[in-house]
Amino acid sequence: MTDEFPHLGKGHVPVLRLGDVLLVTLQGDLHDSTAEQLQQDIGETIARTRATGVVIDISGVEVVDSFLGRVLAEIAAQARLLAARTVVAGMRPAVAITLVELGLTLPGLRTALSTEEAMQLLARPGPDPRPGGTRPGSA
Amino acid sequence: MPEHEAEGQHGSPTWEVRDFLRRRREQIAQRWADESLFRAVFTVSRDEAVEAGRAVVEALAEVAGTGRPENPAAAGFTTVREQLGRMGAARARAGLTPAQISVEVDALRPPAVDLLVADFPDDAPAGFVRECTNALTALMGTLRLVVMETALNEGEAMLDRQRLQMLEVATPVIRLWDGIVAVPLIGTLDSARSQVVMETLLEAVVTEQARFAILDITGVPTVDSLVAQHLMKTVQAARLMGAECIVSGIRPAIAQTIVHLGLDLGTVVTRAGLADALGYALGRLGAGIVNAAPRGAEPR
Repeated sequence: MTDEFPHLGKGHVPVLRLGDVLLVTLQGDLHDSTAEQLQQDIGETIARTRATGVVIDISGVEVVDSFLGRVLAEIAAQARLLAARTVVAGMRPAVAITLVELGLTLPGLRTALSTEEAMQLLARPGPDPRPGGTRPGSA
Repeated sequence: MPEHEAEGQHGSPTWEVRDFLRRRREQIAQRWADESLFRAVFTVSRDEAVEAGRAVVEALAEVAGTGRPENPAAAGFTTVREQLGRMGAARARAGLTPAQISVEVDALRPPAVDLLVADFPDDAPAGFVRECTNALTALMGTLRLVVMETALNEGEAMLDRQRLQMLEVATPVIRLWDGIVAVPLIGTLDSARSQVVMETLLEAVVTEQARFAILDITGVPTVDSLVAQHLMKTVQAARLMGAECIVSGIRPAIAQTIVHLGLDLGTVVTRAGLADALGYALGRLGAGIVNAAPRGAEPR
């Protein structure tokens, strides 16, 4: 069924547009085909709407593996090529611990506590003042 | 001599020992009350010691009745296990080594054996007397085992409880300001503790919606590569959640150690003291602190 109607499939992740920002909410498991579809959708939507930011809300994700980590990094890299900034919002403690234990610290990724904070982050102009929290002296 | 009960073991040495223990319970308990183990544990009254002795003798008789005096897991011991454990623990608290406690328990054997031998008539077959004595000796050896085992288990259970309490006590998360939480770390960080620290800190980041988390290591005596690795992990996990982690309280000596070890804390925001870290976080939140009144014009 998902092959016939890729946009209406069970695991389809909607890409919502809020002004200049795209909002994607991930929930539960993310399968290979869904992830690929999502990456494609985001790329196309950025190109079509000229969005300047992408917020990925993963507060509903309880379990994580290296695959999700890679997908997040790829979405961010892809969005950067299309001149949009990506913020991952609402990661749960268990997920964060697992990613760190897996060695996936996602250095190029911006993060925020909640979607609200992510929107505020993207509302600020120019390059983010704390890119990955790696530049302590840049305040 | 033993009543005629419908038991297959009737007449066997263990059966004889069982009857003897039941018959002479009072005398054995009285003698045991004078031994150093009972005297040291039950200091308040001798009656209490005799009462405890009676319970132990009864348990021994029940175990002897099973025909297997060498079984430390026998059901007969369950009633006195707790009491024996308390006695062992009390002696351990008094500073006795396990070997010394073992010797004290062993001192209960001669009085019982003396009574048993005296109980036999002069014309009793020597072989049967020896078998009975052996059975009683085996039984007392098992008692010794049970005391030691129970005492050791008690000690381990206490250690486990204390370890848990330590973990709870040692990792409080403090909300310093809106959006700023801090964990003052005291004592040595091992992997179990740093795991707890990481989890509690990250949970607090979610519940308080804190954008800044301060790890204060003023109370950590030494920082080695393992501790540094744990700190890095916590910092990275906090960043993934959208919070910034600041490590504060690095004393000059520790800073020197970190440099000597060649540890790379380059991606971590560090500050000398908790106050500096708080100031940095407040500044980043846009909530600077200013003196309300100019110097010399203190409010009355």
